[in-house]
Amino acid sequence: MTGTGQADPYETIATPAEPEWLTRKPADARTGEGRLRGYESKLVGLAAVVIFLAVWQGIGVIRAVWPEGVVIGPFTYVAPTQLFLPSPVEVGQAFGTYARDPKFGRDILTSGQELSFGYLLAAFTAIPLGLLMGWYSRIRYALDPFVTFLYATPRIVLLPLLIIWFGIGVESKVAVVFLGAFFAMVINTTAGVRNLDVNLIKVARSFGASDIQLFRTVALPGSVPFILTGLRLGIGHALTGVVVGEAIAAQFGVGQMMFVAGATFQSSKVFAGLMLIAGAGMLMTFTLQWLERRFDAWRPRPN
Amino acid sequence: MIIPLDQRGLRDETVTVKLEARRVGIRYHRQRTGDELVAVDGVDLNVSQGEFVSIVGPSGCGKTTFLNAVDGLIPIASGSLLLNDREITAPGPDRAMVFQQPSLLPWRTVTGNVIYGLEMQRRAGRESRDTAKRLIDLVGLGGFADSWPSELSGGMQQRVNLARALATDPELLLLDEPFASLDAQTRETMQQELTRIWGETRKTAIFITHDIAEAVYLADRVIVFTARPGRVKLDVKIDLPRPRDLRLKREVEFVAYERTIWETIREEVIRSETLRPRAVA
Repeated sequence: MTGTGQADPYETIATPAEPEWLTRKPADARTGEGRLRGYESKLVGLAAVVIFLAVWQGIGVIRAVWPEGVVIGPFTYVAPTQLFLPSPVEVGQAFGTYARDPKFGRDILTSGQELSFGYLLAAFTAIPLGLLMGWYSRIRYALDPFVTFLYATPRIVLLPLLIIWFGIGVESKVAVVFLGAFFAMVINTTAGVRNLDVNLIKVARSFGASDIQLFRTVALPGSVPFILTGLRLGIGHALTGVVVGEAIAAQFGVGQMMFVAGATFQSSKVFAGLMLIAGAGMLMTFTLQWLERRFDAWRPRPN
Repeated sequence: MIIPLDQRGLRDETVTVKLEARRVGIRYHRQRTGDELVAVDGVDLNVSQGEFVSIVGPSGCGKTTFLNAVDGLIPIASGSLLLNDREITAPGPDRAMVFQQPSLLPWRTVTGNVIYGLEMQRRAGRESRDTAKRLIDLVGLGGFADSWPSELSGGMQQRVNLARALATDPELLLLDEPFASLDAQTRETMQQELTRIWGETRKTAIFITHDIAEAVYLADRVIVFTARPGRVKLDVKIDLPRPRDLRLKREVEFVAYERTIWETIREEVIRSETLRPRAVA
C-alpha cells in the first residue's frame, strides 16, 4: 500500500487502511506468490470449462463407439442419442451449417436490433426517470403505483397486446425488451438516489451548493453503483424478451430459429442458438464490468 | 465583552467582534412525536477576531445545534445571530465547517475533496490545485494528494476534512467534534496538529467537543453550556501560553482549568438527571 516506509513524522497515526495480509482470507493467504497468481481466477475457470466440455464430448464418443451401450458389471450404460444430447462437436457443426445459411445474417440482424434498440431505449429513459423519481418525492409518489404494478407483472404476458399494437415485426419485440429491462433500471436508479449519504448532502449544503450542484456532485456519482446494477439486471430481462417474443410471433431471429429447430427435433441447432444468446449476454456483461471499473476506481477492492 | 489578548501578541490591534449571538433560541420539530423541542434557549456569546473558542457541555445540550445555526444550516427561532454585524440566514463563503464525520466524497481524490468547497462556491480556478497542494501539505498529508479517501485512515480523513474547510479561506472556522471518532492517541496527535495549523492560519474558530482537556488545550476561551435547553453557564478565559505542547496537559494550571469546567458540567448533568426521568433522558 501507499505511503508507508517514508519518513513521515505522523507515521504512528497515518497507517493507511489495513495491510494486505490482514484483509486476505486464510485460504488465499496460503497461495504462493507465483507468477501466475494474477491470472489464477481465469486459469481455474478455463480449466473447469475444458473439463466440462471434455466430459460432455466423452458422452458423445461413448455413443459413437458403443451404440448398444457399455456393460459395466451388472449395469449397461447407454449414451443419450444425438436428439437428446448432441455433443459439443455436433453443436459446432450445426453452428457451422447455420452460419452458412442465408437466414443466419437476417436472424442475427433482427435479434440484434430488437435487443440493442430495446435495451438502449430502456437505459436512456429509465435512468433519467429513476433519477427524477429519487430526487423529487412527488414524482415518485405519482409513478410508484404504475412501477409497482408493472414490475410485479411478468412483462411477457403483455406480448399479445404488444403484437396487436406493433405487429409481428421487430417493433413488438423492441417493446417487450424495453419493458423487460426498463423496470429493473428505474427501481435501482431510484434506490441509488434515495440511499445517498446524508452527511455528504450536509457538506454540500454547508458550502452553499445549489440543487443542481448537489445533484451533479453528490446524487449522480453516488447513484452510479446502483445504476450499473440496474443495467446488469436489465440484460437478463432483455434477453428473455428477445427469445420469448420471437417464440410467440416472428419471421426471423435467433429465438425464432431455436423454436423452429426445437419443433423439428434439431437439438444441435437449438444448442447453437443457445450459445449465441449466451454469447450476447456475456458480451453485454463484460462491457458493463468494464464500465464499472472505469467509474469505480475509488472503490476499495476486496482482493 | 472585550477579552484582553495580550497572550497572543495582538496588543496593538483593536479587538473586533466577529460573531455576536444575542439570546439565541433554536427549536426542533420532532417528526416522530410531533412536538417541539427547545434545543437552545437564550445563548449570549461573542467571539472576537482571531479567537479560538471551545464549547463544551453535557450531551444533548444543543452545542452542535448552535454550531449548525452559526453555519446557517438551520434557522434560529428567536434572538439574533450576527457575523460581522450581518444576520446569518444561510451558509456562506465566510464560514466553513469541519464535520464530526470526515464526510469525504469517496469518488474524489484528496485533492478533489479539498477543492470541493471552492467549486461549490464557484471560486475554483487554475490556482485551486496550488491552494489544495498547500493545504494538503499544511495538514501533513503531502504525498497523498492523489489518494482515494478509502485508502486513508480515520485521522488522515479528518485532516482532509480540515483542509477542505480551510481551502475556502473562511473568516470563521466551525469544528463540530472533529476528533470524536478517533482513538485516544490519534486524537492527541490531531489536537497538537490543530494548534500548529491554527497557529499558522489564526482563523477565528469555534470548536465543539465533549472532551474537557481537548477544549482547554485548544482554546483561548472555553464556554460551558447548560443541559438542554442549552445556554451559556460558564465562560472561562484560558490563560496559557502558546505555542502549546501536549505536556501542558500535565501542568497544574491546566488541570485547574479542567477541574473547574468538569465541576460545572457535573452540576449540569446531575441537575438534568433529577429534572428528567431516566427513561426519557
